[in-house]
Amino acid sequence: MKTDIKLAGVGGQGILSIATVIGEAATAAGLSLKQAEVHGMSQRGGDVQSDLRLSTGPISSDLIPLGGADMILSMEPMEALRYLPYLGPEGIVVTSSKPFVNIPDYPDEAALMEELDALPGLMRMDINEVALRIQAPRSANMVLLGMAARNLTILSPEELRKAIRSVFGRKGEKVVEDNLKAFDAGYESIQ
Amino acid sequence: MMLGKKLLLGDEAIALGALHAGLSGVYAYPGTPSTEITEFIQNDPVARESGVRSRWCTNEKTAMEAALGMSYAGKRALVCMKHVGMNVCADAFVNSAITGVKGGIVVVAADDPSMHSSQNEQDSRFYGKFAMVPILEPSDQQECYDMMAYAFDLSEKLRLPVLLRIVTRLAHSRASVTIGEARPQNSLAPDVERGRWVLLPGNAKRQYASLVGLQPTLLELAGKSPFNKLEKGKGLGVIACGIACNYVQESLPEGISLLKISQYPLPASLVRELAGISDGILVVEDGQPFAEEGVKALLGADYPVYGRLTGRLPRTGELNPDNVAEALGVSRGEIRLPAKNLSPRPPQLCKGCGHRDVYTALNQVLADYPDARVFGDIGCYTLGALPPYRAIDSCVDMGASITMAKGAADAGVHPAVAVIGDSTFTHSGMTSLLDAVNDRSAITVILSDNLTTAMTGGQDSAGTHKFEAICLALGVEREHLHVVVPLPANMEEITRIIREEIEYKGVSVIIPQRECMQTLARKQRQKKAEKQ
Repeated sequence: MKTDIKLAGVGGQGILSIATVIGEAATAAGLSLKQAEVHGMSQRGGDVQSDLRLSTGPISSDLIPLGGADMILSMEPMEALRYLPYLGPEGIVVTSSKPFVNIPDYPDEAALMEELDALPGLMRMDINEVALRIQAPRSANMVLLGMAARNLTILSPEELRKAIRSVFGRKGEKVVEDNLKAFDAGYESIQ
Repeated sequence: MMLGKKLLLGDEAIALGALHAGLSGVYAYPGTPSTEITEFIQNDPVARESGVRSRWCTNEKTAMEAALGMSYAGKRALVCMKHVGMNVCADAFVNSAITGVKGGIVVVAADDPSMHSSQNEQDSRFYGKFAMVPILEPSDQQECYDMMAYAFDLSEKLRLPVLLRIVTRLAHSRASVTIGEARPQNSLAPDVERGRWVLLPGNAKRQYASLVGLQPTLLELAGKSPFNKLEKGKGLGVIACGIACNYVQESLPEGISLLKISQYPLPASLVRELAGISDGILVVEDGQPFAEEGVKALLGADYPVYGRLTGRLPRTGELNPDNVAEALGVSRGEIRLPAKNLSPRPPQLCKGCGHRDVYTALNQVLADYPDARVFGDIGCYTLGALPPYRAIDSCVDMGASITMAKGAADAGVHPAVAVIGDSTFTHSGMTSLLDAVNDRSAITVILSDNLTTAMTGGQDSAGTHKFEAICLALGVEREHLHVVVPLPANMEEITRIIREEIEYKGVSVIIPQRECMQTLARKQRQKKAEKQ
């Protein structure tokens, strides 16, 4: 079994923390893993992405081929669309619905949502609003991971919760609790 | 002992591999995608305890020379840089192959095909060939780790530095790595062979002859390297170098022959063997057609060789599973069309960054000088070339801002302004400034000091708190040296100073000084965490 995830967002939104948590869970579960990140200049308010590949067998390429991703997991709706050619025929898109507008020519929001909604199996939610509502404003990325967890078969929600504990453990119990709460809120939001 | 498995970036696997190979010092200047190697060693508690030297160097040349000194003293040293850093350290690197080494030296060059954060895609393997040293090119994170002990042993056995070449996608990709046992550091044993190290022509001729004499040995070692492997099949033969191997394996058609190359010089015996059982050879390599040229030269004009030179693979840009699959003739399913509602999102200067205020002030003043030219340099502030500022006219190499401004001023350009960051200034701008001072060039230098090497993630900057002293010592006149705080509230003062100094027909230096927003925020977070 293999799962290829294209993680997307804008520099500073916390996609690498999502990758770290999934990576930790995958390692604990004894899965093979490759995760290609973007560092350097593109972190500064530009688009960022990470290729995350999980498998029960060996993994060759660090990069996901076109049409190969099982999931696009995005912290920003337009950034989810950027990687559409990578999405496989059965792949799904899980994304934040809240545009992050830091460029003058951001597309028309209604047209953007229409294009997103036309994708089969799309899941979108205002994760920042959810994070605020549960009083964990810095944990929107874990809300998104919770949404993704509903659709991951290669890792169980309990394995991901355990990984959240171990990744955020050194930042104190409050941070762990906020992130778990956010994860659960995302998980419960999808039936 | 740290046995077991660890999830590591390629960079981190190199760092840990070097530590476990008995490293005594890492010498480096930050540069994407190589930075994390040195940072890993700096943060490793065992390395700190055992006194492994790891402070950032001023530039790649000082790094290479310090490593050579440590090697001279008998200990193992690692030098790390991005590909263009090889240009800076080339003098020391090429001559270190002439002196040879005592303690092992491994030079890691991290190439950036596709120029994710670089100004070119030069292939460092050419430097290895030029200097006539062994080159290693790991294909995955495990080999990054495993190759370090091998590389240091090889370096000491041959008494030559070894070049290890990686690319962005390996440097910045994480995978599980099986960790072995650590070996102790070498003990202090300075070399006593003076004739090897004093490169007067008489000695240099002897040393060079011995380097040339070693070449057949290097070739033989590559031929039987544990990292080079030929899997025999039939039909088209494929040569895959380093990381290219993974892309080939992602879509390898059944039954074809595959020669994996991870050690150079090009293993001629293996290439000939592959040619003998194949109808033609496809060379898959990231970067420039280094192996492809070698294979063509080896097999002659009549043997069909395909690769980047023949258009079977793109001539520019990095490899990926898609262009490699296409070159292999493997077809994929239908691909979705790109989305319609999509705009590019380029990187930009952070909100509140001091460079922003610098460009605001500069643009305000230069609006009155239509002939003005602004020579930029390498750092976050290069983003000043993009909207909304569009404030710089050039960005070429580390330190070029000051010297290009000087040359342009010599030619008659006025105002000629240079914009350079603090770390870039100490890296390669100080000598430029001395040239300008000695020639009394009419240039205005803006040394935008954010107290860190920001673009690579906030490493220490070699000249922090020393810039006024450095400028004065280089001969900048006191009355034409100004330190300002780049904040909107100070705009009037800053623009007045820039205006006055542009009118001065000599060298002026203005130092806008304010800490990087990113390092400031990180320090505040750390303070908060310590309180809890």
